[in-house]
Amino acid sequence: MIAPLDAILWIPLVAVPVLALVTDYRLGAALNVFASFLTLAAGISLLFVERVRTDVFIIDDFNIYLVTLTAFVGFTTSIFSATYISHELEIGRLTPAFLRFYHALYQAMIGAMNVALVANNTGLLWVGVEVATLSTVMMVGIYRTPEAVEAAWKYFILGSVGIALAFFGTILVYLVAQPVLGEGLSAMAWDKLVEKGTALDPKLLSLAFVFLLVGYGTKVGLAPFHAWLPDAHAEGPTPISAVLSGLLLNVALYALLRFKIVLATNPETLDVGAIMIALGLISLVFASFMLYRRRDIKRLFAYSSIEHMGIMTFAFGMGGPLANFAGLLHMTMHSLTKSAIFFAVGHIAQVKGTQRIADIRGLSTTHPVLAVGLTFGVLAIAGLPPFGVFLSEFMLVSSTFARQPIYAIILVFGLIIAFGALILRLQSVVFGEAKGPIGKVKASYIPLFVHLAFVLIAGLWLPEPVVRWFRAVAAQLG
Amino acid sequence: MTSISFDVAHLLAGSMLVLSFLLLYQDRITATLNVFALQAIMLSLAVAWQALIQEAPHLMVTALIALTVKGFVIPAALHRIVRRLGIHREIEQVIGGGPTMLTGLGLVALSILLVMPVGQGVSLLTREDLAFALAVILLGLLMMITRRNAVTQIIGFMSLENGLVLAASGAKGMPLVVEFSVAFSILIAFIVFGVFVFRIRERFDTVDVSALDRFRGERSDHS
Repeated sequence: MIAPLDAILWIPLVAVPVLALVTDYRLGAALNVFASFLTLAAGISLLFVERVRTDVFIIDDFNIYLVTLTAFVGFTTSIFSATYISHELEIGRLTPAFLRFYHALYQAMIGAMNVALVANNTGLLWVGVEVATLSTVMMVGIYRTPEAVEAAWKYFILGSVGIALAFFGTILVYLVAQPVLGEGLSAMAWDKLVEKGTALDPKLLSLAFVFLLVGYGTKVGLAPFHAWLPDAHAEGPTPISAVLSGLLLNVALYALLRFKIVLATNPETLDVGAIMIALGLISLVFASFMLYRRRDIKRLFAYSSIEHMGIMTFAFGMGGPLANFAGLLHMTMHSLTKSAIFFAVGHIAQVKGTQRIADIRGLSTTHPVLAVGLTFGVLAIAGLPPFGVFLSEFMLVSSTFARQPIYAIILVFGLIIAFGALILRLQSVVFGEAKGPIGKVKASYIPLFVHLAFVLIAGLWLPEPVVRWFRAVAAQLG
Repeated sequence: MTSISFDVAHLLAGSMLVLSFLLLYQDRITATLNVFALQAIMLSLAVAWQALIQEAPHLMVTALIALTVKGFVIPAALHRIVRRLGIHREIEQVIGGGPTMLTGLGLVALSILLVMPVGQGVSLLTREDLAFALAVILLGLLMMITRRNAVTQIIGFMSLENGLVLAASGAKGMPLVVEFSVAFSILIAFIVFGVFVFRIRERFDTVDVSALDRFRGERSDHS
């Protein structure tokens, strides 16, 4: 019997070389789904076994939920990816040789994200985020069009600069911890850092956090450092857009929050919350306005991801049980909804042969099922009841109004602007006179509607264990 | 003993910084590559010295990796690429040499101001090393910004990584895991870069990144 923790790390690791060697792309896609399914099973069984805590790995309420979410979205995206790539092969945008590469990288990315999530070590976390970034860079450039190469290059340069600054921050954190916790692994362990937080040098720790914030903040896609994000989403294969928005941004935010927990134990450090509030609100308002001028449908939803990462950062910056709860719920709901939207958008772009919003019209008459999926997805992400995103946004807005009315006004302003843009675009895409090809679509609807169903259920009724669990994590986040 | 160990560490880290400035105003690719190799060798010496004074033999491994991989293998490979692509010509700079150097000076001042006053619990040597390392990192960043050529951007990035390794080696007793991972990531980074250089070459018959600038933000037609 293998421990679930080992399984979530080893399955992707084994899958990488296997998938790189499989020449038949159908088998490769099937194996990719299979490996993702095994990882999901291991991730879920993680919930039922004893929590591990060693020098290298840690499982607690916070990351266990993200591991499960990552494994779940990783699995559904692998199903979507299987149908998506077979179409790309038909039209010749990808070749079987590239698909071997693609599947191996997909597993490498999932594995690296799992490493980052379960690491009890600031250095290992960094390695995980870096490897995940590099594998997505390669996948973004996989179409090899000038646009894709430019997007991958931009992503690579900005991503590595961010990751380099994060590494410098990691070294600084070690230096802070080393006099207190001694040399070696223990000075990089989350649990030890939190335990001894009050004894750490507050000034150096604050300096470290600035580097970490810029570094990991670049990966989160926060507003001044977001330039790579829309390009990477628009030019890569759509399954990658789905996991980028749904998972990788979360993992980067997770990294930031871990460091925030450490800083929160020491009252003399800089006010992390205030910085996160500012960055969050800037991202939200900026991205909301940018939504209006998008002509590319994937780019539109990429900006929407910036907006939502801004909301989450704001929520965690506010802190306190309610705002943290809202932030966690929003993280989950955004992952599920945004990846569902990308599933729909991927098929739509394939069937219409374009990503230009102006060329996609009247979807409700030509492809009603996709139109329904997209409509529900967009209504959910725009924050309409009864979906889960509404619930988390409502919680956040109401708790902010009670504490800082001015922030709440900015927040609501940003949300309304974004709402208008999304509905406007949705209307032109779904309704109106049909335009473009009306060919039949070979789509995998199951991942799309399963995600939407989860979002709907969460909006109507959050099960008691989930609520208890989120409360525990919210308390941990302080 | 302490004062000598201090002085040598200072000297080596300082020379790395000087080489960073040299990198900034090179206008030929081959010269840039040579300076980078020199910086990597200096880095390996600095790390080896840290291994000596910290009595941390595992740092020798890091020094050796820096020496062989970044001092010889990567520069040699890049030399080959440059020759094969026939791009010995001058590098286009976005900003002229003078302003770049001035900005560089400003960045060094900034890193000293940032690192030196904080962290009284950390030894002076470590803090100085850290200030040097941060300066090298920021200069690498500056080089990436001011150059248009893909190969020089790669060198800028690797120079930045040199600064990171210097910082990591200065942190007493930082586990080997991390250094190894840094070396590893450099390797990956190099592979990635290699792939990109060739892809860029294939598509545009140039390694000038500004050739990619035609594409700005929005796609005008579907592809």
